[in-house]
Amino acid sequence: MLLKKLTEASGVSGNEKEVRDIIIAEIKDHVDDLKIDKLGNIIAYKNGKPSSKKLMITAHMDEVGLMVTDIDDKGFIKFTTVGGIDKRVLVSKTVHIGDNKIPGVIGSKPIHLQKKNERNKAIDIDNLYIDIGTDTKEETSKFVKIGDYVTFDSKYIEFGDDLIKAKALDNRVGCSLLIELIKEVKDVSFYGVFTVMEEIGLRGAGPAAYYVNPDISIILEGTLCYDVPKIDSHLIPTYINKGPAISLMDRTTIFNRSLREKIVGIAIKNNIPYQYRKSSMGGNDSGNIHTKKEGSITATISVPCRNIHSPTSVMSKKDYDNTYRLLRAIIKDFEKGELVNGF
Amino acid sequence: MNTKEFLSELCNSHSVSGHESGIVELIESAFSKYADKISVDKLGNVIILKKGKNNFSNSKIMIAAHMDEIGLIVKSIEENGFIKFSNIGGVDPRTILSQEVTVHGNKDLFGVIVSKPPHLQEESENEKAIMMDELYIDLGYDNNEVNSYVNVGDVITINREIKELKGDRLAGKSLDDKAGIASMYECIKELSKIEHELDIYFVCTVQEEVGLRGAITSTYNINPDFGVAIDVGFGSTPELPKRDTIDMGMGPAITIGGYIHPKLREKIVEIAKEYNIPFQYEVAPGSIGTDANAIQITREGIPTLNLSIPLRYMHTSVEVVDMKDIRNTAKLLAFFIASITNDDLEGLLCY
Repeated sequence: MLLKKLTEASGVSGNEKEVRDIIIAEIKDHVDDLKIDKLGNIIAYKNGKPSSKKLMITAHMDEVGLMVTDIDDKGFIKFTTVGGIDKRVLVSKTVHIGDNKIPGVIGSKPIHLQKKNERNKAIDIDNLYIDIGTDTKEETSKFVKIGDYVTFDSKYIEFGDDLIKAKALDNRVGCSLLIELIKEVKDVSFYGVFTVMEEIGLRGAGPAAYYVNPDISIILEGTLCYDVPKIDSHLIPTYINKGPAISLMDRTTIFNRSLREKIVGIAIKNNIPYQYRKSSMGGNDSGNIHTKKEGSITATISVPCRNIHSPTSVMSKKDYDNTYRLLRAIIKDFEKGELVNGF
Repeated sequence: MNTKEFLSELCNSHSVSGHESGIVELIESAFSKYADKISVDKLGNVIILKKGKNNFSNSKIMIAAHMDEIGLIVKSIEENGFIKFSNIGGVDPRTILSQEVTVHGNKDLFGVIVSKPPHLQEESENEKAIMMDELYIDLGYDNNEVNSYVNVGDVITINREIKELKGDRLAGKSLDDKAGIASMYECIKELSKIEHELDIYFVCTVQEEVGLRGAITSTYNINPDFGVAIDVGFGSTPELPKRDTIDMGMGPAITIGGYIHPKLREKIVEIAKEYNIPFQYEVAPGSIGTDANAIQITREGIPTLNLSIPLRYMHTSVEVVDMKDIRNTAKLLAFFIASITNDDLEGLLCY
């Protein structure tokens, strides 16, 4: 299954090759032009009916993870985070290191030996390390080197009522949606762009947008979802199973209101459930896309993901399907020229 | 069965304190080939008897390793179907964030422990430890469906399949103290190849993690001439002072202290040296905190030894042991047992 393959591949920001290769293999027979740019972005073009405006749909390929910074005398591996990770989720986990996916564990001090005041504090990243079962620097160095990327060890699992647990749902879910669109949409001209290094500063999106120079962009994402009990609804960014989340604003973009309203109109017309992404926290590739060259219009449509940036992100297959339906309906409107009317 | 496979199967199964029955069959099927008799007592302890060669009024040794593991328990089901929970045994809440779990309801249900995305956290929120009562389990079902599968009081375990690391080391949950069970298994295999006079009672004890309960009743029942607890000891890691730890791969630690019978301890050290089995010392002037505590003061008092298998990251889901240490613990124990005759035991135990 596509999403399983994509989420189980490792693609920490700056090291997207494994994911990129999967995507290229999936789409190469369905596009008219395929280019890997200097940063590693995939820029695919589907040539269909001519359109007055250029549409670009993007999803970032990279995921948050860790990077090896040192190996100590006893063979323990020190690391730093790549992208926004709450260090607290790292404790008592298994990981894969480097291209050979060497298994390792991140442990912690036994509860028996902790002082009372220690228990109230998170364990600092400086006090965490990876253990691969070796006892010396020399031994560890046979398997691991400084600069190796580290991913969470987490399998794709379906559970509950049509839910999925996996790592890197942010943003393999966007990649999966875009791959499906590229495969299934016929006779419409658009760019499908898979970007690198979103998680470390939206690095890939700018140069890609510079090259494509789009009029309208739709950014596909897996986004924040924290629908826990007993908090005010205005503090809940999105809910699972309430459909695709349409962004209002975040730290990098105030999304174009007319485009957003058109998208909502399309959802209503097609009877597709939708919700707004209510948090203004976080950001995405739109930040560097809508300000590139003379600027352009963007919208972000996301699948809500619980526990984002952790090894155990959760999303709903129903949300995925509804997001896909909404995207097809948007492209239909684009094909008819209605989406770009007024821009 | 291969000892590593047996151990992996034990750890991949679940046996939260008070709910150990799920692994009894696995233990019985492994040990039965070498045992004369296997029984399960009222609390659920599995008692495996291997008789000595005279088969009549032999002295008795009891060897104990606990079969229970720490875990979680369902406290309530929230309106949206999320589960609130508490711990059974010493669980550090900081080790369970973002874990995958199994809720053992009417059927086993997959779930994850919910975490707050970093994007929504206040500044320096991630400097604070998460408390157990701030956490939820997401089973992916609504309240109605969760209620049809799950009851308050159901136990929960962290999902962690055993992982092989470099150098014959394993990582996983509940190696504390399934590593001890595995070394008893390796020991009974060794003893099937050598002659011994003592009757040996291997006991897989229950509820050690919540107060050594299984050891209390099984020792009373067996009333051994002496006992040995096999548990795990703190394997050395950078954040722990050397004096609190033992080294991985350097053999079992023989405990020294008031809870330990001094002459028996001297004898086992002698055997280790005689057979060139690596060993180390672990000093516990007072409580050891293992089944040895319970064994020592059963009935009129029972001479007791304690062996610790080095284990890193105790009570996390990524505990690490070295198979070499498990094998050396078994070997030491087997040779020690074989070296003791009914006749010389009295001399060995007298002060």
